[in-house]
Amino acid sequence: MSGKTLYDKLWDSHLVKQRDDGTALIYIDRQLIHEVTSPQAFEGLRLAGRRPWRAESNFATPDHNIPTTKEERRQGLEGIRDPISRIQVTTLDDNCREFGIFELDMNDERQGIVHVVGPEQGATLPGMTIVCGDSHTSTHGALGALAHGIGTSEVEHVMATQCLLQTKMKNMLVRVDGRLNPGVTAKDIVLAIIGEIGTAGGTGYTIEFGGEAIRSLSMEGRMTVCNMAIEAGARAGLIAVDQTTLDYIKGRPFAPKGEMWERAAAAWKGLVSDADAHFDRVVVIDAAEIIPQVTWGTSPEMVAPITGEVPDPDKETDPSRRENMKQALKYMGLTPGTKMTDIKLDCVFIGSCTNSRIEDLRAAAAVVKGRKVAANVEMALVVPGSGLVKKQAEAEGLDKIFIDAGLEWREPGCSMCLAMNADQLGAGKHCASTSNRNFEGRQGFGGRTHLVSPAMAAAAAVHGHFVDVRDILLTLDI
Amino acid sequence: MQSGLVMPLDRANVDTDFIIPKQFLKSIKRSGFGVNLFDEHRYLDKGEPGRDNSGRPLNPDFVMNKARYKGASVLLARENFGCGSSREHAPWALDDYGFRIIIAPSYADIFFNNCFKNGILPIVVDRKIVDELFVEVEAQEGYSLTVDLENQVIIRPSGATIPFNVDSFRKYCLLNGLDDIGITLQDAGEIKTFEKGWRETSPWYFG
Repeated sequence: MSGKTLYDKLWDSHLVKQRDDGTALIYIDRQLIHEVTSPQAFEGLRLAGRRPWRAESNFATPDHNIPTTKEERRQGLEGIRDPISRIQVTTLDDNCREFGIFELDMNDERQGIVHVVGPEQGATLPGMTIVCGDSHTSTHGALGALAHGIGTSEVEHVMATQCLLQTKMKNMLVRVDGRLNPGVTAKDIVLAIIGEIGTAGGTGYTIEFGGEAIRSLSMEGRMTVCNMAIEAGARAGLIAVDQTTLDYIKGRPFAPKGEMWERAAAAWKGLVSDADAHFDRVVVIDAAEIIPQVTWGTSPEMVAPITGEVPDPDKETDPSRRENMKQALKYMGLTPGTKMTDIKLDCVFIGSCTNSRIEDLRAAAAVVKGRKVAANVEMALVVPGSGLVKKQAEAEGLDKIFIDAGLEWREPGCSMCLAMNADQLGAGKHCASTSNRNFEGRQGFGGRTHLVSPAMAAAAAVHGHFVDVRDILLTLDI
Repeated sequence: MQSGLVMPLDRANVDTDFIIPKQFLKSIKRSGFGVNLFDEHRYLDKGEPGRDNSGRPLNPDFVMNKARYKGASVLLARENFGCGSSREHAPWALDDYGFRIIIAPSYADIFFNNCFKNGILPIVVDRKIVDELFVEVEAQEGYSLTVDLENQVIIRPSGATIPFNVDSFRKYCLLNGLDDIGITLQDAGEIKTFEKGWRETSPWYFG
């Protein structure tokens, strides 16, 4: 009998009941909650007269609708100009109070994007099962937790029963061998993976990311990779626990302390796939071959290396894909054969649950330091992922570097990743964005998104078009 | 057994932003999303929550605005339908508009799951057959399909059948209109037993 994958171990340790029909009840250790996908779940509980099974396992913070300018934030809830957005945020506050759920509200210094705040607070721990009504919950798999994005009915189900009804996924291993070249980041790894396997490549699987290049990443980088597992179709991404994981978690507010820490850490060291574990699919990528990536279309799989060009749909043999490419190019206003470095930009967005952590901001700041945003870039936003990331960045003087270069230094939230607040990309405008989705209208009605790493976004801000950040780094002393 | 007019949506990777754009997610209700289903493609201007949609300019090229597809309850779609976010507002919008059945070669996992929670049946059919259905729908105005969930077949106008698979638990819930939470709570004893053991072996999750 072969050994177990990390996913198998996490599944087995949380299996409450296996039903004959293949579905199973999985025990959930942590539910993260934000204001957009929870109101109908709380309403459901209320209507049925139910209470949360274990209220203290839930952890809430508002992020999607939160304004990001200093002036708006100074005014607290009144600063949310859109009354419908404000109701959603106050509804979360009210629901958390009513149901006894811990919340970092909008005015709390620790508030931020739920997928940044969870790990930062130690609310995300290795070996946990975690859910959130948000597809980017896959982020938390970077800490060796089984983390699923779920719908609102399931949010209610987990609140009421502490369990999720699930069918076991298949196991996929994406192994990134060797070392990354300078200027190539976690974001480029995951975009290259999605380019390789496609946005449906991971459907039905839990993807474990492994290999030397993954092991060498910081926790921030690992979170970037797992964050976008869902863009490859996988509800959950995973990375095995190692010393990097333990060092990151130790001392965080919700993490175990003292003797309990020792016991937990010892148990967590076993959260790796066995050497003889069986994976249903294995994809191997050579890190040394990854070049900084830029998306040209309206799906994250429509991606090319910065040294490449916009592809020609007429050369695509599959008719469905060809049609998709044509629709994408029409929407993006791009012609086949255009060099990626010739794509001009109107906007730059550095932020989102993919790339708004301290390391991301450091990488972007290193590129813009002493430079100025190009004249054709109308808007360049830097939105830290949490109040604590913001505080840390300010302590390091990163805010000053961004402001001196002509970028706007904002308050934490989801911001222009999905533009539910006032931060929106204009119609027809091209944006270099460190977020996760380049879907039509995602960053604003008619907006044109190009997904890139923080360093690539920063370089694009300075030049007004995409450039190979590796060329710039040669001139930097970092 | 359900019969319904079929509307084809000939586009792969239809994402949840396509199904219901984010500005409509600000609602704290479950209903009323149907008028904004496929909003960015159905209308020529930008939609806003709470706005009266009756006077908005329609996109005449979008399939939903063609008179022959008015009242459709079966949506014929392409690969990876419903990819992207976990927003249950997507099935809420489809349901509110009147779609009860979706037929596609593949779906994104979270969306697929969310459909069942809302009484929508997403059916997986071989791409080759989906291609045929697209041709048939185009060719014949008023093209309808009948879905027999009990026997797990789609019945074409010719009487020919297309068998499909559906998870038996989900089928049972759909046929009986059952509430998932109520069913799970029947196992409350087992959940408590599990929780007690888990608390003993992994107390650090209960701090």
